Amino acid sequence: MLSVFYSVLARDILLALRRRTDVLTTLFFFIIVISLFPLGVGSEREQLQALGPGVVWVAALLASMLALERLFAADYDDGTLEQLLLTGQPLALLVLAKVLAHWLLTGLPLVLIAPLVAMQYHLEATAVWVMMAALAVGTPVLSLIGAIGAALTLGLRGGGILLSLLILPLYVPVLVYGAGAVTVSAIEIADTEPYFYLLGAFLLGALVLAPLAAAAALRISLE
Amino acid sequence: MTINWFKFASPAAFYPIAGRLIPWFGGIAAVLVLIALYWGFFETADRLGGSNPQKEYYRIIFVHVPAAWMSMWLYLVLAGWSAVGLVFNTRLSFMMAKAVAPTGAIFTFLALWTGALWGRPSWGTYWDWDPRLTSELLLFFLYIGYIALHSAIDDMRRADRAAALLAIVGLVMVPVIYLSINCPDPNQCAALHQRSDPGSIHPSILIPMLTMTLGLWSYSFAAVFARLRNIILSRESDNAWVRDVVAKEAV
Repeated sequence: MLSVFYSVLARDILLALRRRTDVLTTLFFFIIVISLFPLGVGSEREQLQALGPGVVWVAALLASMLALERLFAADYDDGTLEQLLLTGQPLALLVLAKVLAHWLLTGLPLVLIAPLVAMQYHLEATAVWVMMAALAVGTPVLSLIGAIGAALTLGLRGGGILLSLLILPLYVPVLVYGAGAVTVSAIEIADTEPYFYLLGAFLLGALVLAPLAAAAALRISLE
Repeated sequence: MTINWFKFASPAAFYPIAGRLIPWFGGIAAVLVLIALYWGFFETADRLGGSNPQKEYYRIIFVHVPAAWMSMWLYLVLAGWSAVGLVFNTRLSFMMAKAVAPTGAIFTFLALWTGALWGRPSWGTYWDWDPRLTSELLLFFLYIGYIALHSAIDDMRRADRAAALLAIVGLVMVPVIYLSINCPDPNQCAALHQRSDPGSIHPSILIPMLTMTLGLWSYSFAAVFARLRNIILSRESDNAWVRDVVAKEAV
């Protein structure tokens, strides 16, 4: 069973690495959205420090959501997805492998680029570390929840904009605690630990439930 | 006596019953809403609670709170029928869920709208990021998502099942969303417990409020059944009984 997991994972990563633009587009979307905010709201240092955590998280939400459209789309178009459904292997496991590959290619780069964008908002070093950690725990949750939406909107006209309507409200808890952790880290007496406990709980919950829901959604969409 | 639980799960069997029930529910709704409005606007005292006098504008509570309650309850109904549909594979359950969604969305919108109207004189602003308002706004987004997904899929079977799954996923997420909005700072979550004990509400506010809730509930039945009948007719239009009904009802 694990070998199936690894082979789907390796295949998806290999395919994505052959088309690097897809990965880079998401990353640059993230950077551009974040760079636009100071142009719109003004570049006073204190204002940017206050806005930074929220803006970075909203940008991460949007970037992750835009990338989700491609999670199943290519496999759906060329029929691979149907074959995966017919393999007799647990579909939730295959979904999990695809989501993990997707996160490694679109979520992890956001985590790694975070210090760079944090500089644009004059965030302190501690806040940068907290932001990277929060993104590392939070973005997989986004990919997992988003996979359900991606499976539900598979092959629909206007799928991308519809996906945002379905999924963004469900991203709220991650946004609240992810951005909250970064904001709180600027205050010396405040404790960021509870935020990470909650984000970790979301990750565990999503790891268990989201692949099952996404697998059920795929079955509905491909029936 | 054995009860055939699935007897009315057939659209053909339910269609006439829904038609007969609509006037009843509609009538009850009209009576209850009128009683509640009269009581709330004319019988309830102007200023209650000496230390915290509210002004006339508090009377919007008689619409606002029942609408908010109904919006939440109808989401449960929507998710419940979705689950029944997915489990038992009954067409009527999906139709019921689809018929409930617009009414739920309307009540959510009504709660937000009346909340804004109340907020303006008492808070000095139409909108504030108050936890209750924000949760209600997200509930509105969930309803819109359900309706949007359902109408984006042409294949009816897929639309029903996909939207049903979305409703259930939404239901699982609702407590988490609610928690995150009510308690954005986990270091001080004591504020989560909003004091809203029905016993602490003055009876002359509570009773009209509950009457209005029953009235709106009854209205929901009538509106949902009316919408359901249309859905049944359009979906079952290939069947002979629908042609008979249409031939009989069209003059």
